[in-house]
Amino acid sequence: MLTLEGLHVYYGGIHALKGISLMVEEGEIVTLIGANGAGKSTTLRAISGLVRPRSGRILFEQQPLHTLPADRIVRLGITHVPEGRRVFASLSVRENLQLGAYSRRDRGEITADLHRVYELFPRLGERQNQSAGTLSGGEQQMLAIGRALMARPRLLLLDEPSMGLAPLLVMEIFRIIKEINHGGTTILLVEQNANQALRVAHRAYVLQSGEIVREGPAAEVAQDPEVRRAYLGGDVA
Amino acid sequence: MVEFLQQIINGLSLGSIYALIALGYTMVYGILKLINFAHGDVYMVGAFAGYYAAAVFHWSFVPALLFAMAGAAVLGVAIERIAYRPLRNATRIATLITAIGVSLLLENLGIVVLHPEPRAFPDLVQLRMVRLGALYINNRQLVIVLVATILMIALQWVVNRTRIGQAMRAVAEDQDTARLMGINVDRVISFTFALGSALAAAAGVLVGLYYGRIDPLMGIMPGLKAFVAAVLGGIGLIPGAMVGGLVMGVAEVMVVAFLSSTWKDAVAFAILIVILLVRPSGLLGRAVREKV
Ligand SMILES: Nc1ncnc2c1ncn2[C@@H]1O[C@H](COP(=O)(O)OP(=O)(O)OP(=O)(O)O)[C@@H](O)[C@H]1O
Ligand SMILES: [Mg+2]
Repeated sequence: MLTLEGLHVYYGGIHALKGISLMVEEGEIVTLIGANGAGKSTTLRAISGLVRPRSGRILFEQQPLHTLPADRIVRLGITHVPEGRRVFASLSVRENLQLGAYSRRDRGEITADLHRVYELFPRLGERQNQSAGTLSGGEQQMLAIGRALMARPRLLLLDEPSMGLAPLLVMEIFRIIKEINHGGTTILLVEQNANQALRVAHRAYVLQSGEIVREGPAAEVAQDPEVRRAYLGGDVA
Repeated sequence: MVEFLQQIINGLSLGSIYALIALGYTMVYGILKLINFAHGDVYMVGAFAGYYAAAVFHWSFVPALLFAMAGAAVLGVAIERIAYRPLRNATRIATLITAIGVSLLLENLGIVVLHPEPRAFPDLVQLRMVRLGALYINNRQLVIVLVATILMIALQWVVNRTRIGQAMRAVAEDQDTARLMGINVDRVISFTFALGSALAAAAGVLVGLYYGRIDPLMGIMPGLKAFVAAVLGGIGLIPGAMVGGLVMGVAEVMVVAFLSSTWKDAVAFAILIVILLVRPSGLLGRAVREKV
């Protein structure tokens, strides 16, 4: 479904991605793990068109993405929940969700999806007229995910959805990720919480200083001694 | 007392003009963090477009007004496209200098093409005095306040109730995330310039109507004052521009009426200095907006 081939991204003089290649198949949850500054967010930003690779290719079902503007990429069915949630704080919860559906024209269906998001996240329904900036961190994360779902994505890019959340909420978020995937949406999940991520994912890639150093089925990657030492705190579960 | 009320009315009609111009400054600033110094000149071009529509095509008030607004909208979009967009990622100072350059270009083109001497603006609305108790109100003032009010209500509706308005607010808050929603940011920016320029053109036509004369440099002072009005209300805030414009108009008229007309233009700058010292975020601005 999605293929990255030899992708190089620079920020000025900083070489953030050094020729990474990866693949996501339809229906999968693929996780991309790695330390701070490894280039995880940059990878997602390149896919969604927020940064341009200097070389390499990104293909979504044979269609090149690396030449398209971000707003066109959304229309192909890829949505990106950015790191730090980035809800529109001064807009209401409902307006944030409506903006998620900006690329769509089918009004009736949009309203139906709005209610589906309220079912998935009842707290958002209760707070639909509140401005998004007044929500708690967990609620904002739910809003960011709900907003992305409003575009009816076929591929969902999630950047550290569990960041800064209490353990109970982290469980909840991972449960929802699985649920979304069961509904037929393919997911590329970036996480620092490697433990949880490797548990929900089918396959995993480990990114280190802009390079992919390990890849494979999530269960195997989770057993890798190197990975355990670096990302899973070392002890054997 | 009657004199005071009379001056309030004068101030509100002048203030409506400032508010219409200030809206363009504030909307563009809200989205691009750019002070569009050419905005006062767009107002001037709008006045001339209204003039030609009325004097040459003999159109009546409303069509002439709409023609001026449409013409200025095209000009505003073109200015952004040609002068500002290539500098989208440049330093602020480079963009600011460009804005001043565009302003000087329009003023000097105006002098060459339109000729520097003032022209008489056609009497699109027959002058009458309306009596209101002990007060006499010039019906053109009523037209100014009425048109400005309608336009501001329409603007509020666009910004708060339409899809493109929602996109404008999203882009003003976070461009990258707006892109992730599928919003074409360039198109939203063009739309913002079109709206702001159309409002400025309406102000230009209203001023032509009220003072009866226009010239190619007419945009300089009102442009500066409207900019101060936008800062006074809180730059980037649409209601701020409305409030700031009205306060500015009333303040100016009061100073002229009760102090001295030599202070007419100094008022604006005194207000600017005071607001920057006392409350830089403006009357309606929050103290400091933190970005998380
Ligand atoms: N806008 C930017 N300008 C300059 N350098 C940047 C920018 N964004 C990221 N970088 C650099 O690129 C590298 C990769 O950053 P990226 O944000 O992709 O890492 P990450 O894996 O998402 O890290 P984290 O886990 O902290 O979110 C880092 O060295 C970072 O400092
Ligand atoms: Mg990151």
